[in-house]
Amino acid sequence: MSDVKTLSTTAPVPMSRPLLGWTFHDSVVIARSTILASCRIPEALFFQLIQPVIFVLLFAYVFGGAIPIPGADPGSTADASLYRQYLMPGIFGQTVAFAAAASTVGLAEAMQKGIIDRYKALPMSQSAALIGNTFANALRQILVLVVLSITGYIVGWRINDGILNAIFAYLLLLLFAYTVTWVGAFVGLSVPNTETANTAGLIWIFPLTFLSNAFVPLDSLPSVLKAFAAFNPVSSLVLATRELFGNPTGYAPGTVPEFWSLQHPILYTAISCSVVIGIFAPLAIRKYRNVSRR
Amino acid sequence: MAKDDAVHAEGLVKEFGDVKALDGLDLVVPRGKVVGLLGPNGSGKTTTVRILATLLKPTKGAAYVNGFNVEKQADQVRHSIGLTGQYAAVDEFLTGRENLRMFGDLYHLAPTYVKDRSEELLEWFDLVEAADRPAKTYSGGMRRRLDLASSLMAKPSILFLDEPTTGLDPRSRLGLWGVIESLVAEGTTVLLTTQYLEEADKLADDIVVIDHGRVIAHGSAEVLKDQIGGDRIEVTVADFDRVRDTQVVLAPVFGGESMIAESMVSGPVSGGSTVLVDVVRLLDSQNIAIADLALRRPTLDDVFLSLTGHGTEDETPGKSASRPRKGRSQS
Repeated sequence: MSDVKTLSTTAPVPMSRPLLGWTFHDSVVIARSTILASCRIPEALFFQLIQPVIFVLLFAYVFGGAIPIPGADPGSTADASLYRQYLMPGIFGQTVAFAAAASTVGLAEAMQKGIIDRYKALPMSQSAALIGNTFANALRQILVLVVLSITGYIVGWRINDGILNAIFAYLLLLLFAYTVTWVGAFVGLSVPNTETANTAGLIWIFPLTFLSNAFVPLDSLPSVLKAFAAFNPVSSLVLATRELFGNPTGYAPGTVPEFWSLQHPILYTAISCSVVIGIFAPLAIRKYRNVSRR
Repeated sequence: MAKDDAVHAEGLVKEFGDVKALDGLDLVVPRGKVVGLLGPNGSGKTTTVRILATLLKPTKGAAYVNGFNVEKQADQVRHSIGLTGQYAAVDEFLTGRENLRMFGDLYHLAPTYVKDRSEELLEWFDLVEAADRPAKTYSGGMRRRLDLASSLMAKPSILFLDEPTTGLDPRSRLGLWGVIESLVAEGTTVLLTTQYLEEADKLADDIVVIDHGRVIAHGSAEVLKDQIGGDRIEVTVADFDRVRDTQVVLAPVFGGESMIAESMVSGPVSGGSTVLVDVVRLLDSQNIAIADLALRRPTLDDVFLSLTGHGTEDETPGKSASRPRKGRSQS
C-alpha cells in the first residue's frame, strides 16, 4: 500500500473458452480449491478417518460376537472372523454416507462467511460451486477408503473375488458418496447457520446407515423395518460390495433375498443413485441461485 | 441517461416477506465518482448493494450497472464489478496467493495474466510476506485487503464496497482508505456503504443518506452540512458528575436542543463566538470547570441526526467519527 507503487493499467486478458465449457472449468477450480483447503485442516481429516476406524474396532471386537452370521458356527473363532468379513463392507457403506456431512458443513460455512456471495457476483457458472464442492468431497473418500481397507485388512477382512470386482466395488462406493454429497449440499444451503449444519448434516445419516444390513443381517429386523431397510440404498450398496469383494452376504448359500432391490443390488444402487442425484442436484442448484445470507 | 451512469437505479423495492427493505430507492452513481451510501443498520444499504451486484432480485424497479440490466444481463454486470462485502469473503484455509488465483480463474482470465496480476496485487496490498500463509492467520486488516485485492483481479470499472472498514482498527482503516483513494484516482467508480460518517465525508464525492429503504437526502458533504446549517458548541466538563448540571445551566443558550455524550454537552447556537463568552460565564457562575470548549461546523453526525431523528446506531465499539449519543436528552 505504498504510495510509490502503482497498479499496471494493461487491460485484463480473458481466457479463451475451454474445450469442455465453463461449467467444467469452474467446477475443477472449485474442486481443486476445496481439496487444497481440506489439506490445510489435517485435524478434520483425522477425525473423519478416526470415526470409521473406531466403528471397525467396536463392531469387530465388542458387538461382533453377539451378531450371528448365517452359515457360521455361533461363538466360534471362525464365526468372529466371518463377522469381520461381513462387517467391513457395512463400514465402507456407512463411511461414504458421511461424505454428505462434509458438503453440508462446507457449504453452510461458505454461505455464512460470504464466499458464496462472492462466487455469485463472479461471472462464473452458477452450478460450478456445487459441482466442484460435491465432487471434491466424494474424491476425499478415496483416502478414507484406503485407510479403512488397511484397517480392515489388519482385523482380518480380505478381498476374495479378484481385483477387478474390488475396483468395481470401490467405484460403486464413490458413486454413492457423490450421490449423498448432493443431498448434503442441499441441506447445507437450507440450514440457517453453521451450528445447525453440524447437527442437520449428520442427523439423517445415522438412521439411514443403521436401518440397513450394514451391521446386522436383515432377517434379524422386525418386518416393517426390514422392508424399509431392504429398499434403503445403503443396504443394496453394502450387499453389492459384499458380493463384489467376495465377503459373506448375510444370506446362507443358495438362499435368495426376498426383495427385488436386494436380488439386483448393483442395479438397484445405480438406479437409486441416479434418482437421488436427479432430484437433489437441481434442487440444490436452485437453492444456490436463490439463497442469500439475509 | 441510465446507460451513461456507472450505476442507475430507479424505484427499487425489495420485500422480504412482510418486511420492506427497500421502498422506492433511486440511486445514480456517475462514472469515476465515489458515492457514499449512508444509513443506520437495517436502512437498506446492504440490500441495495446486493441487488446491484446481482445477488438479489428487486421486487420492483430496475437497476443498471455499467449500462447493463442487473436482472436480464447479470453476467455482463458481473464482468464489470468487484464486490467487497461486510465480511471478508476469502477462503480462510487457502493462502493469500491461492485465493487471488482462484478468483482470477473464476473471472475467466488467462492463466499468465492471473499469475502476474496476483503478484502485483499482493505487492500493492503489502501481502507479499503473508502470501503463502493461510488467510485464517491474517489480521482483520490483512483479510480485508486480501478481500479487496480479490475483487480487483479483473480490474473492474465499478467497485461495490459494503462497509469496507467495519470492525477495523483505526490504522487499518486509514490504510484501506488510502487504497480506495488510489483506485479512485485511477478512474474506478466506487459505491461505498458505511455507517461511519467520517468515512463518507472523507471518501465520497456525493453522499446519499437512506433510512427505511428510502433516500432521505443527497448531495456533497458540504451541501448536507449546510442543510442543517448553524454552528455548534461543544463543552467538555472536567468533572463527569456535573455533566447534567451543565446541560441544565446551558439550556438558555442551546434552546433545549442540547445532547450529552460522555462528559460533553453540545448543542446548536446562533451568534457564533459571542455565545462562547456566555457559556464560559454561565458555567463559571455555577463553578463548573471546563476541560474543553469548542465551536464547530456541523458534522455529518449532526446531519444524520437531524434528518432521521435517530443516530447511526453504531454497533461497533471503538474509534469512529460518530460519537456515542446514548445520553441524548432534551432539557
